[in-house]
Amino acid sequence: MAEIAIPTRRLPVLPLLAGVLLVGVVLFLGWNLSGPVAYILHLRVVKLAALVLVGAAIGMATVLFQTLTGSRLLTPGIVGFDALFVFLQTLLVVALGGLGYTTLPPMAKFLTETGILIAAALMLFGLLLKNGARDMTRMILAGVILGVLLRGLAELGQRTLDPSAFAVVQQAVFASFTSIPKDQLAIAAAVLAIAAGLAVRLASRMDVAALGEQTARSLGLNYRRTALQALALVAAMTAVSTALVGPITFLGLLAASLAHQVAGTHRHAVVLPAAGLIGAAILVYGQFVFERLLAMQSSLALLVEFAGGLLFLALVLRRQR
Amino acid sequence: MKGPVFTGLILLVLVGLSLSIGVASVTSGDLSVSLLMWVSRVPRTCAALLAGAGLALAGVVVQQAVQNRFVEPGLTGTSEAAMLGLLGITLLAPGAAVGWKMTVAACAAMVGTGGFLWLARHVPRSDPMLLPLVGLIYAGILGAALMWVAWMTDLMQYVGIWRLGEFSGIVQGRYELLWIIAGLGILLYVLADRFTLLGLGEDQARSLGLDYGQTRTLGLVMVAAITAVVVVTVGAFPFVGLVVPNIVSRWRGDNLRANLPLIAAGGAGLVLAADILGRLIVFPYEIPAATIFAVFGSAVFLWLLFAAPERRRG
Repeated sequence: MAEIAIPTRRLPVLPLLAGVLLVGVVLFLGWNLSGPVAYILHLRVVKLAALVLVGAAIGMATVLFQTLTGSRLLTPGIVGFDALFVFLQTLLVVALGGLGYTTLPPMAKFLTETGILIAAALMLFGLLLKNGARDMTRMILAGVILGVLLRGLAELGQRTLDPSAFAVVQQAVFASFTSIPKDQLAIAAAVLAIAAGLAVRLASRMDVAALGEQTARSLGLNYRRTALQALALVAAMTAVSTALVGPITFLGLLAASLAHQVAGTHRHAVVLPAAGLIGAAILVYGQFVFERLLAMQSSLALLVEFAGGLLFLALVLRRQR
Repeated sequence: MKGPVFTGLILLVLVGLSLSIGVASVTSGDLSVSLLMWVSRVPRTCAALLAGAGLALAGVVVQQAVQNRFVEPGLTGTSEAAMLGLLGITLLAPGAAVGWKMTVAACAAMVGTGGFLWLARHVPRSDPMLLPLVGLIYAGILGAALMWVAWMTDLMQYVGIWRLGEFSGIVQGRYELLWIIAGLGILLYVLADRFTLLGLGEDQARSLGLDYGQTRTLGLVMVAAITAVVVVTVGAFPFVGLVVPNIVSRWRGDNLRANLPLIAAGGAGLVLAADILGRLIVFPYEIPAATIFAVFGSAVFLWLLFAAPERRRG
């Protein structure tokens, strides 16, 4: 990362963020380490890997998505992706039954889920982008309401299940960083690493695409192709991370906004990795504080929703001045 | 006069259905029919009718107050604020009478709606879709705060009951608060002209002689009271206040006084229909009416968003 040209007289943002994340990682791994050290470290490393992967993927995907849609208010989660995930999970359990769902080979399940999610995400985002280019706010609202509709349908499906199948769905749709299978983690890591690499390679073209379709075309960019590639990356990254841990709606908004604030430049070569680092750092520090210091397991997701929601309102109100 | 007659007929059919559907048979069985009717079926039907009518009317009032057709008490944080108030009183004074609980919930709902109105002033009117979006997120923040408190105090199940409106627990003696809505509805009908002026915006309304602040506050109190009563007795019901007034004004135009009875009847009928459907889908079990309505209401909302863009500046 050192070779990235950084505007003079500014703090080197990326190394700084990497340092912050590293401190978090050390704290997460080393805090209160006693007893069977190797065993505990092993558990913590798996969890840490999931946190870093998901945070980085969601942060980067959100930056790409915001550039494509030309709006700093959007995240894939806000326009209905999370609800789509919940809906698909419910559909699977309803179709296969609780027992059939739990006895699916975990690897096959993970891969199928990811595949379906990528396809569905491409459809959803493509549809919204095609219809929404003229009227951004309506597109966001439509996405949000579509999310409500999908959640309602999922709820309806869940109500027709028997209690044990219902419990299976509940397990599947809440964001959770505990008990993540290692082989799935490995595949997710591979996919996300490739996607992240491709995203960084796309960075300079995204800089041009950010100028808007007309200008980008007149500058010689094959806009359609670039947009499609970026969209595919967004779909892959959100799908993999959601299939891995479940939905965290507002994390992307937090990470992308902070990244734009601290990067001090619009260049994606800086903003993209910065958003990835910040997303990972939020999750690692958040999980550290809640799990180790406050001993509250499941409230991190709630807090991210709360803070993200406040940020969203602040962004809307500030944009008007 | 065809429309009102038609609406009335449908409402009658729905009431008949609601009275005759249930696990215990009306025509034969061990239970005395009149007991069954007066203790369970009639209260349940009345509760659905009153809650639906109240929520639809509350929707109209909010829409007039912020001059935006795409908002309703579920998208302004009102329901969430009422639940926060209810949670607060449940924690501080678990044995409080239901009247007190409702009062506290109504006060909290008022504060929450006031917060939304403050936000609404700062969101520009140039884009009518922005306000409902802001409302959704605002409601989401209040909802996250609610879940947080509930989670910390181990009251998640309680809150779960309030968040999903349904009528299975309604029996005689447990829904009578809802009749407050009938009173508020009549008051709204008497004051319909004032609320019509309210919908013209502050400057025009003032120049036509309306005490804008007073009317707005009155509307706020009514919306908060209706929402609180509904949340306390049956739970939250999203989208009723959005869908019904929009459909009625598309169908009949914008004469508020003439529309109010239709809006009340439409809300009552749709909520009752959702309740009946919820009782039938997995008979003899039940699906909460609010779940059914969320699917129906969000589908209609999407249709409203895309079907008629020319009216969206309403």
